[in-house]
Amino acid sequence: MATHATHTLAGDRMSGADVPDFLDLEGEHHPEGSTMLGFWIYLMSDCLIFAVLFATYAVLGRSYAAGPSPNDLFDLPIVAVNTSMLLFSSITYGFAMLAMERDDLAKTQLWLAVTGLFGAAFVGLELYEFAHLIHEGATPQRSGFLSAFFTLVGTHGLHVTFGLIWLVTLMVQTRLRGLVPENKRRLMCLSMFWHFLDVIWIGVFTFVYLMGVLQ
Amino acid sequence: MFANTDLQHLLFGRLSLEDIPFHEPILQVTFAGVAVAGIAVLAAITYFRFWGPLWRDWLTSVDHKKIGIMYVILALVMLLRGFADALLMRSQQAIAFGANEGFLPPHHYDQIFTAHGVIMIFFVAMPFVTGLMNYVVPLQIGARDVAFPFLNNFSFWMTVSGAVTIMISLFVGEFARTGWLAYPPLSGADMSPGVGVDYYIWGLQIAGIGTTLSGINLVATIVKMRAPGMSMMKLPIFTWTSLCTNVLIVAAFPILAAVLALLTLDRYVGTHFFTNDLGGNPMMYFNLIWIWGHPEVYILILPAFGVFSEVTSAFCGKRLFGYTSMVYATVVITILSYLVWLHHFFTMGSGASVNSFFGITTMIISIPTGAKIFNWLFTMYRGRIRFDVPMLWTVSFMVTFVIGGMTGVLLAVPPADFVLHNSLFLIAHFHNVIIGGVLFGMFAGVNYWFPKAFGFRLDEFWGKVSFWFWTIGFYVAFMPLYVLGLMGVTRRAQHFDDPSLQPWFVVAAIGAGLIALGIGAMIVQFAVSIKNREALRDVTGDPWEGRTLEWSTSSPPPDYNFAFTPVVRGLDAWWEMKARGFQRPLQGYKPIHMPKNTATGVILGVISIAFSFAMIWYIWWLAALTFVATLAIAIGHTFNYNRDFYIPAETVRRTEQRRTEALAARV
Repeated sequence: MATHATHTLAGDRMSGADVPDFLDLEGEHHPEGSTMLGFWIYLMSDCLIFAVLFATYAVLGRSYAAGPSPNDLFDLPIVAVNTSMLLFSSITYGFAMLAMERDDLAKTQLWLAVTGLFGAAFVGLELYEFAHLIHEGATPQRSGFLSAFFTLVGTHGLHVTFGLIWLVTLMVQTRLRGLVPENKRRLMCLSMFWHFLDVIWIGVFTFVYLMGVLQ
Repeated sequence: MFANTDLQHLLFGRLSLEDIPFHEPILQVTFAGVAVAGIAVLAAITYFRFWGPLWRDWLTSVDHKKIGIMYVILALVMLLRGFADALLMRSQQAIAFGANEGFLPPHHYDQIFTAHGVIMIFFVAMPFVTGLMNYVVPLQIGARDVAFPFLNNFSFWMTVSGAVTIMISLFVGEFARTGWLAYPPLSGADMSPGVGVDYYIWGLQIAGIGTTLSGINLVATIVKMRAPGMSMMKLPIFTWTSLCTNVLIVAAFPILAAVLALLTLDRYVGTHFFTNDLGGNPMMYFNLIWIWGHPEVYILILPAFGVFSEVTSAFCGKRLFGYTSMVYATVVITILSYLVWLHHFFTMGSGASVNSFFGITTMIISIPTGAKIFNWLFTMYRGRIRFDVPMLWTVSFMVTFVIGGMTGVLLAVPPADFVLHNSLFLIAHFHNVIIGGVLFGMFAGVNYWFPKAFGFRLDEFWGKVSFWFWTIGFYVAFMPLYVLGLMGVTRRAQHFDDPSLQPWFVVAAIGAGLIALGIGAMIVQFAVSIKNREALRDVTGDPWEGRTLEWSTSSPPPDYNFAFTPVVRGLDAWWEMKARGFQRPLQGYKPIHMPKNTATGVILGVISIAFSFAMIWYIWWLAALTFVATLAIAIGHTFNYNRDFYIPAETVRRTEQRRTEALAARV
C-alpha cells in the first residue's frame, strides 16, 4: 500500500517549501492484489466452519446410541484410495499452476482436467461409501456419532463438489479468454481452495477414520 | 382449497390459507398499516419518477457510500419494527396481573420477544454498525472504495433478504417462540414443529452470509488500501475499531452459520446433534452459539467505541488522549471476547474451576474497557468542549455504559449469576450496554457524519429533544428492571400473579413511552433537517473542525472520494494538513479508475428470499429452482469481465471546479 515509487507531491509547489507533501499527484493509487488476501481470509472463515464440525464430532463421536461404531463401519482400503485421489488431485493442480506460470494454456487445461477427474473420483467414492453405510442402516439419523460423521465428511465432499463446478467454469473461461490476469487470479484462488480442502481431508482422514478404527 | 391435497402439497408445501393470521386483530392492523405505508412509498417513488435513479444510483450501486447509507436506512426501518415489539411487551407486562391476562396470549407474546431480540441485534444494530463502517472507513483511510465493491453490494442485499424473510413471518405463518438464540431442544422439530424456527434459521443464515462477506471485505480494505504513509499506528481510531470488529466478524459468524446448519439438519433431516435422544447433546448448541454470541456483542460495541473516540477528540478540539493505549485496549478486548462465552450459562453445571476461569476472564475485560473510559475523560479534560448533539450522546454514553459495565461485572461472579441468571436484572444489564453503548454510539455517529453524507447538518433542536427523551426514557424503562431482577422476577414472562410488582412494570412502560417520543423526535429531526437543508448546508466539507481524512473532501464526497490520494504524515492527518497550510490543488487531474454498478447483487437477494421462503414452507420445487438459479447467476456474473471504467479527467475537473466555486462563494 505504501510502496509508491513515484511520489511527486503537492504541497511544495503549492505554497512554499515548509509545507510538506500531502497529496499523491502522480501515482495512480489503485492498489491491486487484495483478492489473494481476501480469499485467504475467506478460507480461514471456512476453516472455522470445519472447526465447528470437528469439535462436534469430537463431542458426539462416541455417542453410538447402541448403534454401529467406527470399527463396524469404516473400510480403510476404500478410504485410502479415496485419500490418494484427493492428494493426487492436489499435485496435478500444482502442475496446472506451473503450466499457467509458463503461460501454456493447453497444458494448464490438461492438468485442470486431470485434477477434475481425480476430484470427481473422490466424490464418487465418497458417495459410494455413504450409499453403502445407509444401505446397512447406518444413516445420519441413527445416532449422534453418525450425524456428526455424515455432516463433517459430507460438508467436505460438498466443498469438493463446488470446487469441481468452479474448476469446470474456469476451464471454460480460460478457453474463452486465455490466461488473462483475471483468469490467472481466479486459478490462483481455486488453487488455494483446492489445497485447503486437501488439508481439511488430512484432518478428516486422521481424526475420523484412522483414530476411529484404532479405538 | 384444492380437492387434491397431494397437488397442493406439491405446489405449496405446508403453506395453506390457514397460515395467514386473519384472526389476529393486532396483526391485521399492522398489516393494513404496512400495506398503506408501502403503497404510499411506491406511489411517491412513481410520482417523483424516482424508479430509474433508485435502480441506477442506489439498488445496483457498488459505491461504498451509497451502500453504507442504505444499511443505515435498513437499520432505522427495522428499529421501528423492533421497537413496536418492545412497546407491546412493556404494555403487556404492565397490565397482565392477576385476573387480567393482558392483550397478548402466550403464543403471540413468545413470538414478540423472540422477534424483538432477533431484529434488534441482527437487523438494527448490525446494519447500523456495518453501515457506518462502510461509509466512513474508506474515507478515513483515503481510499476510493472498499477492496471488493461488488461483494459489498451483494452483502448488503443478503442482509436485506434476511430482514425481509423475518418480516414475512409476521404475515405468513408465525415466528419462533424460542427466545432470540433458539435453544434446543425447544427449537428442535419435536417441540417447535411449525415454521417459526425455520423463519429464524433461514433469515439469520442468509443475513449471516452477508455479514461474513462484508467482514472479509472490510478487513482486506483496511489492510490493503490505506493511503500512502498511513501505517497501522496512524490509523484513525474508528478504523482501528472497525478492523477489530471485522476480524471478529470473520472469526465468529462462520460459527453461527455452522451451528444454525446443524440445527437445520436436526429439524429437516432428523439428525441428532442437539436432541435429547440417540446421542444428541443440546449443551453443544449452547456452547457453539455463544462462541459466536459473545464476540458478537463486541462486534457491536467496538465500532461504537470508535465513534465516541472520534467525536470526543473532534468536539474537544484535542488529539485523542492515549491513542496507543486505545488501540491496545481494543485489541485486548478483541482477543478476550473469545475467552468468556461460558459466562452465558454458568448454571450449566460445568463445575467451580471452569466457572471461575470464565468469571475471571469476564472481569478482566472491564480493565481495557475502563482504560478507554479514562482516555475519553482525559481527552475532555481541559478541552474546549462543544456540546453539539454527537457530544451529548457521548457524554450520556459514558455515564450509562459505566453503570451497565458494572452490573456486567456483578453478573460475571458465578455465585451471583446463579441468583440473577435469566432474571430481569440480566435484561436490564444488556439493554444498559446495548442501548447506552451501541445505540447511543450509532446515534452519535449518525449526527456526526450526516453532514458528510448529505452536505447539511441535522437539526440541532430536535436532535437534543430526541437525545433527552432517549436518555431519560432509558433510565425510566430499565432501572425498574434491575430492581425487579434483584427481587427474582424472571425474563420472558407473559403474566404475573404478585400485584406488588405491578408499579415497577408500569414505570418501565412509561419509560418505553418516553423512548417512543425520542424515536418520534428523531424522525421529526430528519424531516425538519431535510426541509431546512439550505439553512443547514455545509459547503466546507468540514463542519465540526474534524481531524481525520473524511473531512478533507467535499460533503457529500464525489463518487471517487478523493481527486488525489492523500499522503499521510501523522495521526489526525486532516488536522495536520490544515495546521500546516495545505491548499487544494486546482489542476493536474487524472482519469480515475472505478468499479461499475451491477444488478447481480439485488437479483441474488430477491432469489434468496424466494429460496428461504421455499425452504421454510417445504416447497421443494421452488427451493431447487431458486438454488440452481442462484448458482447459475453467480457463475454467469463471473463471465462478465467488463467491470470497471475510468472517470475522465475532465469530469473530475468539473466536479472539483464546482467545489472550488462553492468554497469561494461561502465567504
